[in-house]
Amino acid sequence: MTTNGGADLTRLIEPDRVHRSVYTDDAIFAREMEAIFQRAWVYVGHESQVKQPGDYCTALLGQQPLIMVRHSDGAVYVLYNRCAHRGALLCAKSRGNTGGAFGCSYHSWQYRTDGTLESIPLPAGYEGTRFSPGAADYNLKRAARVESYRGFVFASLSPSGPALAEFLGEARIALDNMCDRAPAGEVEIVPTCFRFIQHSNWKIFMENQLDALHPYVTHESTGRAAAELERQMMARKQKPPLEYHYLSAFTTPFNEWDKLQTVNYPYGHCMLQGYMGLRPRDPDTLAYEAVMREHYGAERTERILGVNIHHVLIYPGLSVQPALQQLRAARPLAPNRTLTEIWHFRLKGAPEAIYRRALAYYNLINSPSTMVNADDLENFWRCHQGLAADGGDWVSFHRNAGQDDEHDGVIASRRGTSEAPMRNQFRAWKQYLSSSEH
Amino acid sequence: MPVVIKKRSRKKAITPKKNSFAQFRVSDDDVILREVEQFLYRQAELLDAKRWSDYIELFDADGIYWMPASLEQITGDGMPSIFYEDRNLMTMRMKRIAHPHAWSQTPAWGTSHIVSNVTLEKVDSRTGDVSVRSRFHMMEFRRDASRHFAGVYHHELRKTKHGYTIRLQRTDMVNGEAPFDYVLLAWV
Repeated sequence: MTTNGGADLTRLIEPDRVHRSVYTDDAIFAREMEAIFQRAWVYVGHESQVKQPGDYCTALLGQQPLIMVRHSDGAVYVLYNRCAHRGALLCAKSRGNTGGAFGCSYHSWQYRTDGTLESIPLPAGYEGTRFSPGAADYNLKRAARVESYRGFVFASLSPSGPALAEFLGEARIALDNMCDRAPAGEVEIVPTCFRFIQHSNWKIFMENQLDALHPYVTHESTGRAAAELERQMMARKQKPPLEYHYLSAFTTPFNEWDKLQTVNYPYGHCMLQGYMGLRPRDPDTLAYEAVMREHYGAERTERILGVNIHHVLIYPGLSVQPALQQLRAARPLAPNRTLTEIWHFRLKGAPEAIYRRALAYYNLINSPSTMVNADDLENFWRCHQGLAADGGDWVSFHRNAGQDDEHDGVIASRRGTSEAPMRNQFRAWKQYLSSSEH
Repeated sequence: MPVVIKKRSRKKAITPKKNSFAQFRVSDDDVILREVEQFLYRQAELLDAKRWSDYIELFDADGIYWMPASLEQITGDGMPSIFYEDRNLMTMRMKRIAHPHAWSQTPAWGTSHIVSNVTLEKVDSRTGDVSVRSRFHMMEFRRDASRHFAGVYHHELRKTKHGYTIRLQRTDMVNGEAPFDYVLLAWV
């Protein structure tokens, strides 16, 4: 099947299967970047990455290099990382403090941290030309729309579209619940980012995040090793660290995964219920819950801590674990290359032990020595290799198709292993691609 | 009697005065240095031979293998780390690697470590414990592709009746903050 420059793209998506070219085709990838990643609200970074005026960090939205920066008046701007003179990147480092201005390394054009042009060297050479230093063309271009939700900064490179709150919809529980778990009601980023290059399409990563059918198979080796360690330690009268359970939970058999639920929202967002025993009764948790009750009262504390979520996907590129304060952002680089940036957060006002729990998850599951993602990345690579071959044209998402419950555009799966989240992501994919067709 | 290499004291331009590297003395330390070098070489060999159990045995009962997330970190305790593993976690990793369904192990992979620039930083004359710094270069081959990791090892070694054991190994990689093209399956 040829793709005809994008005009027939949506025919590649059927309710229960998709054509393999959506993962491998260069032209489709280019259209996705334009129609999805450069139009939807995409996560840029967290406000606590740029606390002081002049603090900046860089981010990739679609194929666009951007800078998030704190201006002298305290506002956060998201600017294209491109000098208006000859186009050089202004920030070559991924983070830092630029002081009061961004200076170009090529000819020293200077920009304020709100993007406006401050000065150029030798201004006398421009008389009688069309160059006009006050004109917007000579400022750093701003992202069309920027909004922050509880400290999480999103940008859309399209001037039109839903507001961030409408876009997030019910999926905002990912960010709400993470912040609400902090007695102070907000989180702070831990300034370490683990980064991976996945040799596979970005959608393969996103489909995996809520895939409750894979852990028992993909992560069997680590689940069994962790469970064995737990048993050995208990036999030695040692108490296994709580975080070992995050790994031994992968031995949960298929039928248990099936008892979970996924909820699938408009715009491709999805949620998978938790399974890792995220509310243990150890002394650290009880001490934390006491602090929570002081801040929120007993009833609200119960509501916050009763939220049992493993992952929430904020489509197209964000995967959030509110109960463990982790966040993975997928940045597509090419059809077969995806950068993932993985962060974790500190709950403001929570005891140190609770931070250490998030840290243990970050180190064990999300660091470059991961014993978990190791096998995911292997499978992502295998998928991409297979999809690039002519052995078949379709990818099957038939599992429980037509058996989910839909109300007002929200699809609740009756089974945890339903492929509803994948179908839901492609429902959004199709909408983005078809509404941008010319 | 320790032999002191005569200092070229009049040619002060050659080495800065405070440069401790200029003050190597051939002495008892030299014997220790040779022992420590052999220990480091053998440790590297165990990794390359995938003798995981023997590798873990090199660590003290409460020994730690630590690879910081950034070169600036001064402790791994309570900090993000690429590795911060005690023997329990190391054993878990070993068991996982050995499992027939560790899918990422299926393609052949192997490593070759070179350890060099071994420098004694501190010798405790009472206990025989040693702090040693060295440099490593590791080439990994996996699924028709090669990767390189290089950097500094810092070992805190405990002297025992049976030789040295590792209290703490810090592994700083010059490319540890780069995006990882795939993961680190085992200790570097």
